[in-house]
Amino acid sequence: MNILVCIKQVPGSSNVEVDPVTGVLKRDGVKSKLNPYDLYGLETAIELCERFGGEVETITMGPPQAKSIIVESICMGAKRGTVLSDRKFAGADVLATAYTISQGIKKTGEFDLIICGKQTTDGDTAQVGAEVAEYLGIPNVSNVLSVDDVKDGKVFVTASLDEKIVKMEIALPCLISVDGDINSPRLPSYKVKQTVTDDMVKFISFADFEDRNEKHYGLSGSATQVERIFPPEKNSEKSSIEGDAEAQAEGLFALIKNRKVI
Amino acid sequence: MYSKVTSEDIKKLCGILGEDNVIYGEAINPDYAHDELGGIEKMPEVLVKVHSTEEVSAVMKLAYERTIPVTVRGSGTGLVGAAVPIEGGILLETTAMNKIIELDKDTLTVTVQPGVLLMELAAFAEENDFLYPPDPGEKSATIGGNISTNAGGMRAVKYGVTRDYVRALTVVLPNGEIQKLGAKVAKNSSGYSLKDLVVGSEGTLCVITEAVLKLVPLPKVSTSLLVPFPDMKSAIEAVPKIFRSKITPTAIEYMSRDTILFSENYLGKRFPDTKNDAYILLTFDGNTEEQVDGNVKEIADLCLEIGALDVYIVDTDERKKSVWSARGAFLEAIKASTTEMDECDVVVPVNKVDQFIKFTHALADEMKVRIPSFGHAGDGNLHVYICRDNLDDKSWEDVLKVCFDRMYSKAEELGGLVSGEHGIGFVKKGYLKKQYGDTPIEIMQGIKRVFDEKNILNPGKICY
Repeated sequence: MNILVCIKQVPGSSNVEVDPVTGVLKRDGVKSKLNPYDLYGLETAIELCERFGGEVETITMGPPQAKSIIVESICMGAKRGTVLSDRKFAGADVLATAYTISQGIKKTGEFDLIICGKQTTDGDTAQVGAEVAEYLGIPNVSNVLSVDDVKDGKVFVTASLDEKIVKMEIALPCLISVDGDINSPRLPSYKVKQTVTDDMVKFISFADFEDRNEKHYGLSGSATQVERIFPPEKNSEKSSIEGDAEAQAEGLFALIKNRKVI
Repeated sequence: MYSKVTSEDIKKLCGILGEDNVIYGEAINPDYAHDELGGIEKMPEVLVKVHSTEEVSAVMKLAYERTIPVTVRGSGTGLVGAAVPIEGGILLETTAMNKIIELDKDTLTVTVQPGVLLMELAAFAEENDFLYPPDPGEKSATIGGNISTNAGGMRAVKYGVTRDYVRALTVVLPNGEIQKLGAKVAKNSSGYSLKDLVVGSEGTLCVITEAVLKLVPLPKVSTSLLVPFPDMKSAIEAVPKIFRSKITPTAIEYMSRDTILFSENYLGKRFPDTKNDAYILLTFDGNTEEQVDGNVKEIADLCLEIGALDVYIVDTDERKKSVWSARGAFLEAIKASTTEMDECDVVVPVNKVDQFIKFTHALADEMKVRIPSFGHAGDGNLHVYICRDNLDDKSWEDVLKVCFDRMYSKAEELGGLVSGEHGIGFVKKGYLKKQYGDTPIEIMQGIKRVFDEKNILNPGKICY
């Protein structure tokens, strides 16, 4: 079974500052890392190949330095990977990103299963996976908690629908987005890193794509525009509920109900 | 010889501290009779919760006049019974003295009350771009407790232990007198260092009510390496070779597959790798990527050269958490794997660690008990646990005696000492005496008498 995992390079710290003038994330001097949610997807893929045979490949869209996360994925167990990199891809929103990745996947090869993480830690939209599946015309399941079996051309998964846990079987090829915290991602191997060669990381640009209509990519292919980026407000407001245990429990219940937590 | 706490004493204590902070008789939670592992239990007659140096002073004046024993307690996370009030009397709890009083960025010091928790101090330091280097596994211990045992922790390899970070102390002597020891200075040749004598004295000399601690600038970059070896022998033997490379890691821990599996069970969380029998976990820190990456590369190459099966890179916050949270839970995890256990916290020269571990394995086989261990391969301080499992009372007692006698003798033979960081307290007194002999113990007793001629502070501990 050949599995492709979609990965992304994100800022290495959650304390990234937003430039107050331009509203853009200050990425200069901030170390980057492989999106933590993608690690669960990568681990899922590697474990599946250990069980059922096959190979894992990874794909990412980003600047040339995104090569480092492809190398990292190889150090964790992927065989090879692809960086989709071109200035024409820059400024893409969710839709244009998903389209670019789907074009890249078509160019990269045939896969039985495509795995994405739940979301990224920088964009947080959690939509790219489903949209890639749509562009590729294959079924998609989100919030996958475990991949239980693969047989008869189908994958059997357990997924969360918030209030329900559902078991599903989906015909291959398909795309799944796995939830966070569903496994313990293995660590990258220094020993494997010594053996990584340039030919294991392929670069694909706009010129390599089947669809070379520039209006489908980057800023011009985006259906949405970001007006402003601002850090979420930090709330350290505290209140205490007085009274005996029953009164405290009732007070707490009323509070979380009012805040629509439940 | 000690006076019992009377209703008159209770009234006076209530007058000093307020009724809410004086708990006596059956109202005292039974947990105050023991610490986390010491194996001894004794309820205090009265539990008092103090909030200031002046309150401590007033309590001590009363205890001194009336000759009532006083035992100081922080979070109660000790492992040798040091905070157990074996003579009853007053148990003085410091956890409400939990203020961080001052951060002095000019002298790189922080002034804290003794009830501040290690994890609170560590977080406060980091928020301000500083590091408080001592890093014992038990993060919910109080700083007062850490100072009283001279706690070490994982970063001792590079940064040293608690004593190296105590600049000054405010203490209350057994007669209630308030005294300042040390100062906010970097050097001190001014007579006997009483401050250093108090560090590690396990509440036997005076009550610590304030501490000035040294901080260091927070290293900007840190990376850990999890290095699997085919067996524990080759893992431990790698450590002196790493030191010979002249690169000093921040920490070098060793762990066996068994211990990791206990931790997986206890935390309900898988460790990133459990395929191999033995691991060492190293950390490197510094101010630039180039420096840390250079160290990592050199040591990773060295490890592979001397027989490591691989070198796993632990470079992001998530990866560090997955590895270090398991390491932090080892003690509790081993405890949860058995019915009862007792611990040996010996310290041996770093190049003798492999010999000691080998010895514990042979001892476990011979005595037919489980003796899991983990610890600080980089500073020679080992945490070795004898597990009771299904042994009956008599066999357990016999096994403990033989195992402890032989392990402490072995540590001595290898040039080591009874305790690396958990202290002597009540339960390790015999082993300290056996190793040191009469003269050092008599000197310790003499020191104790000078501080506390009525022997009211934490009696029956360390050297008495």
